[in-house]
Amino acid sequence: MAANPMSQFDVYRIGPEIKVGEFDISFTNASLFMIISTVSILLVFNLGSKRNSVLPNKMQLLAELSYTFVAKMISDTAGSKAKPYFAFIFSLFMFVLFCNMFGMIPYTFTVTSHIIVTFILASFIFIGVTIIGFIKHGFGYLKLFVPSGVPAVLLPLIVVIEIISYLSRPISLSVRLFANMMAGHTMMKVFGGFVISLGLVGGWLPLSFSVALTGLEILVAFLQAYVFAILTCIYLNDALNLHH
Amino acid sequence: MIKKIYFQSIFFSFLFFKEAFAAESGGMPQLNPEFWISQIFWLILTFGTMYVVLSKFILPKISNNLESRKSQILENIEAAEKQREDSDAKLKEYDEVILKSKSEAKTIFNQTREKALKDIMAKKEVLDQQIDDEINKAEKEIEALRVSAPDKINKIAIETSSELLEKLIGSGVNSSSISAIVDDLSKRNGDKYYGN
Repeated sequence: MAANPMSQFDVYRIGPEIKVGEFDISFTNASLFMIISTVSILLVFNLGSKRNSVLPNKMQLLAELSYTFVAKMISDTAGSKAKPYFAFIFSLFMFVLFCNMFGMIPYTFTVTSHIIVTFILASFIFIGVTIIGFIKHGFGYLKLFVPSGVPAVLLPLIVVIEIISYLSRPISLSVRLFANMMAGHTMMKVFGGFVISLGLVGGWLPLSFSVALTGLEILVAFLQAYVFAILTCIYLNDALNLHH
Repeated sequence: MIKKIYFQSIFFSFLFFKEAFAAESGGMPQLNPEFWISQIFWLILTFGTMYVVLSKFILPKISNNLESRKSQILENIEAAEKQREDSDAKLKEYDEVILKSKSEAKTIFNQTREKALKDIMAKKEVLDQQIDDEINKAEKEIEALRVSAPDKINKIAIETSSELLEKLIGSGVNSSSISAIVDDLSKRNGDKYYGN
């Protein structure tokens, strides 16, 4: 994994090849960082919820601030009906956030920079939201594709557009996260490569760029996790409170 | 000059990297399906485990902690409010007690003063009475003495004058004649001697 900025996204096997039937489920570096992320999430929030003092310590404050942050995000976008899905959205937000953030450490692997991971998450959300919508509203959920107040002439076109936009939700959700992470990490790698190739004379400009980009990427890492979670909330809101 | 070299080097480095990419030409590792199944499997495993642990054990605890803190703070505020009210009431009570005791002390003072004055007056009256009685008695005695004084004086005068005459003359003189003279004199000069 030398100069190629894409080599940081390589998945390679750690340990022996594990096969279940035809499927290869070997332990890879991606699996390693998924486990690191989940274990750190569980550790942080377990430490943060262990003791209950009126004056919270740092860990407790962190856990409680995250809790209230996500709770407020859900109640703002999806209302009080979304309360049963709080744990899922919280886990989703934390998982994406921690995977993004662990990816910011040099020589680590970014789990969320792989389309297959984000696509599985997004399609799970898409399928889940669709099922919730049909359970709550029956076939009335299809009214989502028929916005009110649209002239009858335009209606067929609008319905088609709405259906396409609905079906493209998992793709847009997954590609947004994956592309952001991949582009940012590639750019950082490219600028890092410039620093080496330009040496002491010209390396300072890409180095300063690299520093700035690192800050930007940390922001993007948080922002994309937030966007992922808030879009999930918005889709959930469509399913729970049919507005059209 | 330096600037020119600098930008040129950046430009050439682009070319260099492009060549490097072209040489390796692996494309995006993300689109290589070799480990897709593995990633899906591990994603479901880790995310599922995390979701279950978070939703079953950790999140309820955090929400409990938050609720209990909220209620505890509310309780504390209520308790503080109550204590403040209590202390206010106590302060009022205390003020009242002080006021009451002050007025009581005043009345007690007045009463005792009046009583003492009364006592003094009564005693004074009794003493005045006694003094008056004594004075009256003394005056009566004086009066009696004054009334009886001339007779005694006359008697003494008669005795002395009879003794004097006896010594002067050598023989006894009739006392009745002397007493007659004394009486006569005392009647004449009585006013001069007794100042009445």
